[in-house]
Amino acid sequence: MSTDLEAAAAAAPPRRRSPPPGRPKGTPRRGERREAWFLVLPALIPIALFSVYPLIQGVYLGFTDAEAGLNQTADFVGVENFERLLGNDMFWNSFRIGLIWAFAVTILQFVAGLGLALLLNLDLRLRWLARTLALVPWAMPPVIVAIMWRLMLNPNYGPINGWLDAIGLPGDINWLGSFSTALPAVIVVGVWAGMPQTTITLLAGLQSVDASLHEAAAVDGASTWQRFRHITLPSLKPVIIAITSLDFIWNFNSFGLVYVLTAGGPGGKTMLPMLFAYNEAFRYGNFGYAAAMGDVMVVLIVVLLLFYLRSRFRKEA
Amino acid sequence: MATAVWKEPKPASRALQYLALVAYLLFLGFPLVWMLSISLKGPQEIGSAATFFPRNPTFENFTDALQRADLLQSARNSFLVALATTVLVIIVALPASYALARFRTRFRGIANGWILVSQVFPVVLIIIPLFLILQQFNLDDRLVGLTIVYVVYSLPFGLWMLQGYVASIPRDVEEAGAIDGAGRLRILRSIVLPLLVPGVVATAMFTLISSWNEFFFALVLIQSPENSTLPLTLARFVGAEGQVQLGALAAGSLIATIPSLIFFSIIQRRLTSGLLSGAVKG
Repeated sequence: MSTDLEAAAAAAPPRRRSPPPGRPKGTPRRGERREAWFLVLPALIPIALFSVYPLIQGVYLGFTDAEAGLNQTADFVGVENFERLLGNDMFWNSFRIGLIWAFAVTILQFVAGLGLALLLNLDLRLRWLARTLALVPWAMPPVIVAIMWRLMLNPNYGPINGWLDAIGLPGDINWLGSFSTALPAVIVVGVWAGMPQTTITLLAGLQSVDASLHEAAAVDGASTWQRFRHITLPSLKPVIIAITSLDFIWNFNSFGLVYVLTAGGPGGKTMLPMLFAYNEAFRYGNFGYAAAMGDVMVVLIVVLLLFYLRSRFRKEA
Repeated sequence: MATAVWKEPKPASRALQYLALVAYLLFLGFPLVWMLSISLKGPQEIGSAATFFPRNPTFENFTDALQRADLLQSARNSFLVALATTVLVIIVALPASYALARFRTRFRGIANGWILVSQVFPVVLIIIPLFLILQQFNLDDRLVGLTIVYVVYSLPFGLWMLQGYVASIPRDVEEAGAIDGAGRLRILRSIVLPLLVPGVVATAMFTLISSWNEFFFALVLIQSPENSTLPLTLARFVGAEGQVQLGALAAGSLIATIPSLIFFSIIQRRLTSGLLSGAVKG
């Protein structure tokens, strides 16, 4: 019994256990390939035209002196933009803020999301309400989430300061306006806004964990913690890696929420890299320089992701 | 905390579980309730700080918000763009996702690679050239241009989702159909498509809501107020007027959220109906 359990727990999710019967793989017939192209083409053309091409162009613009305005020509300037960036302390500062923001929000989202997913997976009363509320932030535009939290954090009329006042603490904190509290406050809002995707994904993962594994382990006398550690977590691992990676990318590249909350202020304390690049491009019109910032952001994300995915998957091998 | 609450129903741990659940409910729900409360308060009451329930509930803020021509116009714009985007994405992505999931061509690896890549790149890299391209075709500052951008921007994720749903339909089901003598089209239409409905609904939901919510592309591409989407108009409202008109701001925000909330709740039930598990196991 227990060896069965171990084998099953170590194996991939149950759906992969039996290889799908059918025609041998790897050798598509010619007709099939033509059919595939025919089906894929309507999606392929717009993506190539309005996504692949602009992206390549965007990466290239980082090596030019492109500026806003019709009839502007962009000349290749090599790595000049990047040399200028190296000496731009404001940009690196915004980079540091972006990393703090992305790591903090992703980790907190994961912990909070996993906790909620575990609760929602239980047979609790009010579960429907929690499930509905957990989805609400997803349905809301980030702009409105930001407006709502501005009402919450309003230094004069906000309830948070009201509560602090009621228990005798200083209730006049300008959460979004003072240097020390702006970034933490914005991070809390980021967690609130990103809870749904993380929670729902983890919940779906939990529900696909084979229930018979848990029953078998319980019969064998495994404690709740042991079952969580040795059955739930390993089965969830692919889901966890996927959602934390995606969350990190989304958070690092996020824009609207903080734009409306603080617009990067006070004094640049919440100036995420995307906000910085946006200002550079569409406020000051320096397209080439802003694209170079984008290039640096991509490199950083890719390096971090490779590092993360390699460390995660190597453990499995 | 996450692990401590995960337990079989013993009285003590049940209490802890409910405690945690209530904490989540407060964190997730209170900001919404507060916004509702603000929207029902008159101007003096908002100024007189944190009473939870409005003493003299008034719908003044809502009527104010609904009488603003700019809000109505941008709601219409947002709706049109989101609807057009969703329909186009499903039409384009449905056949492609089937091909990606079922046919083993070199294309599949490339497509999946691209889907990942497009998530990694910050949108600022895409928006600058897109802005220049749309400007050339005179499509910047127009809803058509915005829709094109939304379709392309939503496609990778839509493809990814749909392809997952196709892949989760066992080939056996299709082959059983073939053995019973059904042709390819017939199999697609009467076996695959019905099983795909939850997937299509989920993908449509995702697309609709993400276009309705989208802010960055709209901020860059749309300049004229008459073409503004709802998030754009509301974001402008925050700046100057919103400081003095908290009530109207809250009411407008609530109105803007209600349609997608209703939509979401309808969809959610259908998503959980578990069509697929019935087909495979039964």
